[in-house]
Amino acid sequence: MTAIINENAGGIAGLRKPGRLRELWRRHPTAVIGGVLLAIIVGVAVFAPYLGTIDPLELSPVKRLRAPNADFWFGTDSLGRDIYSRTLYGTRVSLLVGFSVAILSTVAGLVIGLVAGFHRYLDAVIMRVMDGLMSIPPILLAIALMALTKASIQNVILAITIAEVPRMSRLVRSLGLTLREQPFVEAARASGTRNWLILWRHILPNCIAPLIVQATYVCASAIIVEAILSFLGAGTPPTIPSWGNIIAEGRMLFLVAAYMILIPSVFLSITVLAINLLGDGLRDALDPRLARAL
Amino acid sequence: MLAYVIRRVLATIPVMGVVALFVFSLLYLSPGDPAAIIAGDQATTETVERIRQQLGLNEPLITQFGRWLWHVLHGDLGFSIFSNQPVSLMIFQRVEPTIALTLCSMLVAIVFAIPLGVLAAWRAGSWVDRAVMAFAVAGFSFPTFVIGYVLILTFAMWLEILPVQGYVSITEGVLPFLQNIILPSLTLGIVLIALIARMTRAAMLEVLSQDYIRTAQAKGLSNTRVLLAHALKNASVPIVTTIGLGFALLISGAIVTETVFSIPGIGRLTVDAILQRDYPLIQGIVLVFSASYVLLNLLVDISYTFLDPRIRY
Repeated sequence: MTAIINENAGGIAGLRKPGRLRELWRRHPTAVIGGVLLAIIVGVAVFAPYLGTIDPLELSPVKRLRAPNADFWFGTDSLGRDIYSRTLYGTRVSLLVGFSVAILSTVAGLVIGLVAGFHRYLDAVIMRVMDGLMSIPPILLAIALMALTKASIQNVILAITIAEVPRMSRLVRSLGLTLREQPFVEAARASGTRNWLILWRHILPNCIAPLIVQATYVCASAIIVEAILSFLGAGTPPTIPSWGNIIAEGRMLFLVAAYMILIPSVFLSITVLAINLLGDGLRDALDPRLARAL
Repeated sequence: MLAYVIRRVLATIPVMGVVALFVFSLLYLSPGDPAAIIAGDQATTETVERIRQQLGLNEPLITQFGRWLWHVLHGDLGFSIFSNQPVSLMIFQRVEPTIALTLCSMLVAIVFAIPLGVLAAWRAGSWVDRAVMAFAVAGFSFPTFVIGYVLILTFAMWLEILPVQGYVSITEGVLPFLQNIILPSLTLGIVLIALIARMTRAAMLEVLSQDYIRTAQAKGLSNTRVLLAHALKNASVPIVTTIGLGFALLISGAIVTETVFSIPGIGRLTVDAILQRDYPLIQGIVLVFSASYVLLNLLVDISYTFLDPRIRY
């Protein structure tokens, strides 16, 4: 099993030769499109200060509510702030939230799921708690948590992570339960390998491929949830330029300044689409069984 | 069968118990004094003390939880901090638009998604299939409010054939109701269309490769009959499961859709409650939404036994 996954991973990691690249494009076009788009978006986030932007917080009331023009490519908002700069800097917020939530919820899900999958008594308790949390719609859960805490990016990340962990730990638990019955785990156990070593050496490596795929979906969903929270006024503080905040500011003005909503929306949709495409491509590449079923 | 239903109903009790405990403890999980949080930054000491008294925060936690749960089980969700009205009444007053919106969205989703999924599976690998799958990925990637604003701009502002925002109750006339509900339903329905179409396609592909489908074709049944009577019926269990899961998306999406379209439903109430930090109201809403989600999934689970007689518990 490990060998099969390593072989597949080789198909993705072995990008050095140009022939391999063409092969990758032929076999997994969606992953390549998603990966390239995401790389561009990450580039925009990293190099935001050098892409012709000005201070995204600079107010100039004289120039408020200008439609997109030569000076302000994406127009200005009701306080005269440059929407082009705000949108580009907003990329940083979205990616930070998306990646952080993906990593944190994967780690938390891994720990909780493995404990549940290998400890019978804790399993019953943990899974009842997770069932309960899963029956609260994720956005509502995040909203409820945000309503309590001060608005900050850290709290947004934490709230979305808490909302995503139940699904992640369920996935890890079911993977663990399936793997536990595999002959190679039985063989390891029969030869007297300690439990933690079985987990570390046999279960964990085999969980990684499906977890990476799930993490991409979590990342995409976290970016959407952050935008929704900010849009509703319960997310990133309004002083920080995030796509959700720009859209929220445009909400009252959308009959006169639709660009304030449409431009960050396009960025948001493309980013989420890129991550989803990458996830679908990775799923097809890493898990041929699942790919055939869907 | 009856034993299964009873067992399944009983299984929802611990789940709702966890939800109740979580909703109750939300206030205490937060750093700082709950009363001070609710009162806000500019509150005087008297206001904080009044809120503390009102919520009974001076008593031991277990007493507070017991009393709170006792009240909840009797339909008493407490009083709003701002309007001083009973939370249950406030939610009840706003429930109609939300139910209308979610039902219409579900209807829109099912009507579009199942034929799309069946078509994609039947013509697997063709351009129809590719188009449906592309739509499914895109539908998942466009946030609800983006879809909403694009629809408003297209149909209400450029084409001017539908109202921009607002809600008209069905009791005030069917046509105005439909005119107002169609864009919100589409907005909320698109992500579900993507989800259900994808699942329908996957389930149909699985079923279409079975021997009994070949038998049905071999004995000369029409394509429609094979697809609908033989294939779709056997593919229905995963599809219905997805529809059940879809309600969670609908509940989350309703909050956003109601904000975009200015619909006075529970979603709008939620947003107002957050902005005012009206904690009893938020707790009540989370509890009501979660309970309805648990209940819907209970119904979905029970429906399996009718859809697939092979399932015996």
